[in-house]
Amino acid sequence: MSGVAAVPGLLPTGRLPTRHVEHVMGTVVSFDLRDEVAPTVLTDAVEWLHRVDRTFSTYRSDSQISRLDRGELTAADCDADVRSVLALGSALAKASHGYFTVRPAGRLDPSGVVKGWAIERASDILRAGGSANHAVNGGGDIQLAGEAAPGQPWRVGIAHPHQPGELVTVVSGRDIAVATSGTAERGDHIVNPVTGRPATELASITLVGRDLTTVDAYATAAAAMGNAAREWVLELDGIAAFAVPAAGAPWWSADWAAVGSVPVAA
Amino acid sequence: MRRAALALVATVVGLVLLLGFKTHSATSTASPPAAVSAPTGSGSSGSGSSRSGSTSSPSGTGSGQSGGTAGQSGTAAGIKVTGSSVGTQYGPVQVQVTVANKKITAVTVLRYPTSTGRDQQINSYAIPVLKSETLSAQNANIDMVSGATYTSLGYIKSLQSALDQAGL
Repeated sequence: MSGVAAVPGLLPTGRLPTRHVEHVMGTVVSFDLRDEVAPTVLTDAVEWLHRVDRTFSTYRSDSQISRLDRGELTAADCDADVRSVLALGSALAKASHGYFTVRPAGRLDPSGVVKGWAIERASDILRAGGSANHAVNGGGDIQLAGEAAPGQPWRVGIAHPHQPGELVTVVSGRDIAVATSGTAERGDHIVNPVTGRPATELASITLVGRDLTTVDAYATAAAAMGNAAREWVLELDGIAAFAVPAAGAPWWSADWAAVGSVPVAA
Repeated sequence: MRRAALALVATVVGLVLLLGFKTHSATSTASPPAAVSAPTGSGSSGSGSSRSGSTSSPSGTGSGQSGGTAGQSGTAAGIKVTGSSVGTQYGPVQVQVTVANKKITAVTVLRYPTSTGRDQQINSYAIPVLKSETLSAQNANIDMVSGATYTSLGYIKSLQSALDQAGL
């Protein structure tokens, strides 16, 4: 099968490995499939991520986003996916009172919504192909489908932003999305779009909900807000939050206990 | 069970790699973490500096696990699994873990880079830290790790990378 060879790491027997690691979209995407499915299912999901990269990357001058930003294309010229992502970005900007934006540094850059959306869609592709139970982790933001094993929910460790290699808490559930945003990995890369200054109050904030598209974008917005996010997350239905401030003790939303544990190493 | 135990060995090797990466790239600065200077732990199993597997692990469940396979031996205190030697850019690393009740109860590092004085200096504190970190991560029994977005380079140092290596 020629489709199989397209995914490095697949066993020569054609049997699907439980795990697959793909370098794409400037990060690493880890797949963990818990059901036996046809190898082409994983191939389709991986190819989807590369297609997203080609279309949306701000690092590729020939991507539709780059050409749209330079005015060489209009939105009408672009793929329908581009238009729906930009519409999503507008809705998220409104819901986050402007703390989420597709122009974080002035230029068109919808990366903050693209990654979560792409991972969630990859999970949809796997599910449509018969993989009812799987996890897709895009650079630390995770869409989980089904459960880890019959009767056993997924367990996701949340990396401690101040203590590399340690976990600050553990999230557990079925069919959930988990996204963490903060300054721990890339330095002060999150800018508060309202003040224009780097967001530094929160070392990291983790949101848990159902779909990664909104959960990931909201996590980015919450990190930009800082400690004010503690009030804002109360507005969000079905989303629980856990934050580690740069200084001070962790805080979490009242519904956090439904999805996560209290700190194991605060 | 054997597959799970081997996966744990791979995880430990992954953690050795990430620790090696960290310590080698920050030699001059980092003062050794607190765990280093506590070789005689306060009752918690597996954190001591002794070589062979700790015997204080909870009621052994080597039961039903008639080893027989190379590199694996069962005792009442758990099953010992020896990983294959893994080449790293700094030299070979090989670890042995003792597993009881599906948890690592002890980690023994059989081979680690000692070619330079700096290696020895690093290993003298990296290895004890490795043991305690492995135990805490394993006790959490997690499937995935979420953290602030990492780049391809950052992934190498991530716990998720160790988990992926364990599963491959």
